[in-house]
Amino acid sequence: MAVTMNQDLRRERASASFNPELLTHILDGSPENTRRRREIENLILNDPDFKHEDLNFLTRSQRYEVAVRKSATLVKKIREFGISDPDEIMWFKKLHMVNFVEPVGLNFSMFVPTLLNQGTAAQKEKWLLSAKGLQIIGTYAQTELGHGTHLRGLETTATYDPETQEFILNSPTVTSIKWWPGGLGKTSNHAIVLAQLYTQGKCYGLHAFIVPLREIGTHKPLPGITVGDIGPKFGYDEMDNGYLKMDHFRIPRENMLMKYAQVKPDGTYVKPVSNKLTYGTMVFIRSFLVGEAARSLAKACTIAIRYSAVRHQSEIKPGEPEPQILDFQTQQYKLFPLLATAYAFHFVGAYMKETYHRINEDIGHGDLSELPELHALTAGLKAFTSWTTNAAIEACRMACGGHGYSHCSGLPNIYVTFTPTCTFEGENTVMMLQTARFLMKSYDQVHAGKLVCGMVSYLNDLPSQRIQPQQVAVWPTVVDIDSPHSLTEAYRLRAARLVEIAAKNLQTEVSHRKSKEVAWNLTSVDLVRASEAHCHYVTVKLFSEQLLKIQDKPIQAVLRNLCLLYALYGISQKAGDFLQENILTDTQVTQVHQRIKELLTVIRPDAVTLVDAFDFQDVSLGSVLGRYDGNVYENLFEWAKTSPLNKAEVHESFYKHLKPLQSKL
Amino acid sequence: MGSPARVSMGDAWSWRVHPDMESERRRPSFDVERLTNILDGGAENTALRRRVGASLGSLSPACLSLAESIIHSDPEFSLKENYFMSQNEHYEAGVKKKFHLQMLARRLGWSEGSRELRYAFRAVTGDLALGLHHIFSKSLQSLGSEEQIAKWAPLCDQFRIIATYAQTELGHGTYLQGLETEATYDADTQEFVMHSPTLTATKWWPGDLGRSATHALVLAQLICSGARRGMHAFIVPIRSLQDHSLLPGVTAGDIGPKMDFEYIDNGFLQLDHVRIPRENMLSRFAQVLPDGTYVKLGTAQSNYLSMVVVRVGLLLDEINPLLEKACVIAIRYSVIRRQSRLRPSDPEAKVLDYQTQQHKLFPQLAAAYAFHFTGTSLRDFFQESYGAILDRDFSLLPELHALSSGLKALISEFCTQGAELCRRACGGHGYSKLSGLPSLVSRVTASCTYEGENTVLYLQVARFLLKSYLQAQASAGSASKTSLPRSVAYLTAPDLARCPAQRAADFLRPGLYTRAWAHVAVRLIRDSAHQLQTQMQSGAEEHEAWNQTTVIHLQAAKAHCYYVTVKSFAEALQRLDKEPAIQQALQRLCDLFALHGILSAAGDFLHDGFLSGAQVDMVRTAYLDLLFLIRKDAISLTDAFDFTDQCLNSALGCYDGNVYERLFYWAQKSPTNTQGNPAYQKYLRPLLQSWRSKL
Repeated sequence: MAVTMNQDLRRERASASFNPELLTHILDGSPENTRRRREIENLILNDPDFKHEDLNFLTRSQRYEVAVRKSATLVKKIREFGISDPDEIMWFKKLHMVNFVEPVGLNFSMFVPTLLNQGTAAQKEKWLLSAKGLQIIGTYAQTELGHGTHLRGLETTATYDPETQEFILNSPTVTSIKWWPGGLGKTSNHAIVLAQLYTQGKCYGLHAFIVPLREIGTHKPLPGITVGDIGPKFGYDEMDNGYLKMDHFRIPRENMLMKYAQVKPDGTYVKPVSNKLTYGTMVFIRSFLVGEAARSLAKACTIAIRYSAVRHQSEIKPGEPEPQILDFQTQQYKLFPLLATAYAFHFVGAYMKETYHRINEDIGHGDLSELPELHALTAGLKAFTSWTTNAAIEACRMACGGHGYSHCSGLPNIYVTFTPTCTFEGENTVMMLQTARFLMKSYDQVHAGKLVCGMVSYLNDLPSQRIQPQQVAVWPTVVDIDSPHSLTEAYRLRAARLVEIAAKNLQTEVSHRKSKEVAWNLTSVDLVRASEAHCHYVTVKLFSEQLLKIQDKPIQAVLRNLCLLYALYGISQKAGDFLQENILTDTQVTQVHQRIKELLTVIRPDAVTLVDAFDFQDVSLGSVLGRYDGNVYENLFEWAKTSPLNKAEVHESFYKHLKPLQSKL
Repeated sequence: MGSPARVSMGDAWSWRVHPDMESERRRPSFDVERLTNILDGGAENTALRRRVGASLGSLSPACLSLAESIIHSDPEFSLKENYFMSQNEHYEAGVKKKFHLQMLARRLGWSEGSRELRYAFRAVTGDLALGLHHIFSKSLQSLGSEEQIAKWAPLCDQFRIIATYAQTELGHGTYLQGLETEATYDADTQEFVMHSPTLTATKWWPGDLGRSATHALVLAQLICSGARRGMHAFIVPIRSLQDHSLLPGVTAGDIGPKMDFEYIDNGFLQLDHVRIPRENMLSRFAQVLPDGTYVKLGTAQSNYLSMVVVRVGLLLDEINPLLEKACVIAIRYSVIRRQSRLRPSDPEAKVLDYQTQQHKLFPQLAAAYAFHFTGTSLRDFFQESYGAILDRDFSLLPELHALSSGLKALISEFCTQGAELCRRACGGHGYSKLSGLPSLVSRVTASCTYEGENTVLYLQVARFLLKSYLQAQASAGSASKTSLPRSVAYLTAPDLARCPAQRAADFLRPGLYTRAWAHVAVRLIRDSAHQLQTQMQSGAEEHEAWNQTTVIHLQAAKAHCYYVTVKSFAEALQRLDKEPAIQQALQRLCDLFALHGILSAAGDFLHDGFLSGAQVDMVRTAYLDLLFLIRKDAISLTDAFDFTDQCLNSALGCYDGNVYERLFYWAQKSPTNTQGNPAYQKYLRPLLQSWRSKL
């Protein structure tokens, strides 16, 4: 491009203390990965089939249409470019799809995998090929209008009729209408429906059924099927999230996925052997979501930090030109801890992906021992990272002032696309409580004299004989605030203490009341706190361990500072916990505040290069403020001029409403 | 007691209140209608507000006689289609509603600034174009001379002109001295030459500027007799009063799509040597004489007065109601939504019975009440001091400026976080626009950056605090105590080194927690003063030292604002001693607000040993017990805000609780379901068939 780079950004990039390209390799996993990712991204960037109008100027229906068109070309292009590796498909989709949202996405992410995991050989043969080739487009219908995370509460029924060897699918109430599944409204012609199975007069709980929805050829809903779009949402305009109401709709017996449980032709129910394996899919999705949290936050940081280097405002010294807003301490204090968080979450995401693949091999060998901890950890980390990221993207947007509110900044879009992560795939509070259940179980085990292993092994060190909780002199409290390792210890102590407090409060409630469930509810705020502390510890630990793996000295130095900032900022935000548990002294907390401010100054010259290393293409950021070249204002003005409201100089509303207003009053 | 029909949506489901909702209202612990009256500032205000609402069509026809409405319901004010409109349609609807409202106001004799218009604004949820027209009016009243007011105010009131207020520029926001637009006085023609010298000088963001306004109050750097005189306000005609086309030298348009406010045409404006008469500079506080002599009548701050006026109005009329509505919707939905079981034998429990849900929602409800009472006392203070300021007595302006800036920052920050928490507390359905919550969130979040970016505002408060602190220090030794402004008088009050609480119940005493907040605010202000001093002693220049210590100034300002809010809330409740039941219910919210704040900033309270670890545990116990106590009043406390269903416009938050029926019905009306699916014909069908053709 012939366009010159903004002077401020040029200077920022020249002053970096490290080579961003090497950091990009680390983030991608290897130089080879970086190379291949860019190659694939360039295929898209250079392909005219993928061009489209700025989505911000389109209606919802037009955005849906663009996404469907992209989905359709995607299938052809992936075939044409010969991309088959799952990671590579992911790179492709991330740049190609709008917000990574595609109406036929659920076909590949849920319909096909569920079929693979839960279908019999015969079922796979019948459905798999046509689903992969999109002869049928499938989705996955689980949540209902009145029921979400609590699966046992789902109301849709599938009643077996041995006479015709069919299941009768029915939505008995308004609250039982399937609600939210992506691609269900307008796109899919099949769905895997989760329903309560009734056979021989008995309910056997939730099972999965393949239900045809629309007629092949006309795409019209089949008789007995009411299906449609659930209407406008905060974001995800491109997606036709749908509703589905079934009125005694019959499907053949073979449409129940029967790899595990079965219904025989005469209606006899055969129980599944083990269903721990279904954990696997959830673990995979949640660890993927942690990576997405890191990615979304990295995008937001890229935009906010680049813009803050270009934007000049106010004065630090009177008489001097307006400084870059990135030179204000308050702006650094807003943004750099978030930048550090983006890096921290990236390493957590990478760790989880790696662990998932390792454990998946173990499972292949029949070893399920690590699955419960991994399941508990992914639930909590999904909640922890998505809550943090949710707030952090908003903070980045607000750090861009008024312009952050305009869709030209790209930040509103990143936010509304990310925020459902807090409620889907397991609502966050419920997730935190799942982790808490595991923590309580581990705590009880230690109390019963058994050692626990993995990330919760710190519970083994809890002085269980301690009578007075205030006396923590036995704990090593010499925290060196300049050592990531020592800070990890501090977080470890905090986690241990908060787990212990929650456990004791739970016991107290149990001893006061009869029901364990009531006690659990009355301790749940403490339990969520304990889980958060646990996840925070894991994150600090993984980040600090990552530092040891880095060879390049300058990069190690800059990441070490980010790691320190992440850990210290967390302490300053939760200073109450560290003080109350005597992990840190007043003086140390004061030093923490001081050290944070020093780190802001140290990180400042590398800030722009640290976001450059995320290596986002401008199209992927979708932001005028975050452009790589920094030419913000010129492009902002150009962007506004193309807005639909500017198509005519005098809007028709003038003649209809304003002119009469002026003349009549 | 309030009649349910009063606020009903009036659709097929309204005839029956959901049993889960009904049970919540069966035995209220206080008279909800009385609380509504208190919030409205008197029963006659409540009645007037409802009458205005009724005249705007917020009632079903059946209830009109009941409310003694003046006219029949007006379909022009329906909000139902809001969620299905494009930006252009939103804008047109906003203009149309404004037009109808002005016609109605004229017919019924509602004057500018009247309670009736305020209530009308509330009833149509503020989705009106031409809001900046009123900011223009207020600015004219604050900054214009008597002659100027006499000339322009009638034109404005009668809508013979449509005006906006153009301050921020593409490259410049809150820092007014940085604005680049110039107004150069030409003594030969007695005109100002208005000019945008650079791209970054383009006016950017003003509402109604993009398509609607005929005139703009442009804030520009005054240059006369060769000297730069700082920012002043100029009335600039921008569009023809005949055909609405742009005048020569004027470039203007819409700035494009935003998170919300689609009905407002936020605009850009470039001026190319546009000439306006000398009389168009607003001259209450400064004048340019015909020969170019500059005469200053006010202080440097007096031009900020119009911003103070706007901020005070925003808190109660725009920002806090958005949090109130979010609370109404989320809490009502939480008694209808059932999820999992609390006891194995029970049916699924209402989600509001979960401690974690209460922990999410009740602090937001408490904050909404806290801000209502704090905003009211700020408005009272403003009304006391405004007259004096207009008469050029500026003695109260610094405190008014600090209070309004600080409370704007605190309230917008908390309302934004609170509304978003409410949205997420509704799980997946909170993500649907039909819940009403996404638009509340995306609307309230704008308030963190408009009318003064919050960090900048907090730092202005910090400067005021620092000044007051030094003043307090200086007078401490001397016999003649100069009195500090009311809101910072606590800087000289005797301080406690340790909190005296011994039991959790001690933390339910307003005197105790107000002093705790005062202690932390004073400590942070003192620390920030010391840090600044230390920086300067070690050789840093004052401005550099300030920048290097802003993080702690920010903390100090926030603590101060929280203290002010806790104190105003507690004081307002003391005045309710004739309503013991209401007082008790609200007292719990006040306690919760104070204690939730303490727990969120526990580090600050533990830091110097003011609270011990054991005391923080007591706070936590008291806090959790309050959640349980507030639970039974939750629906009554949200009903008391008295929002009509139309005004909430939420499938989840209706008074009758028939959530699911409405959500299903509304979704079916979405254009995606009523207007066919072109994408199928164009792309899906070929896609589905491409596979077959390959076989």
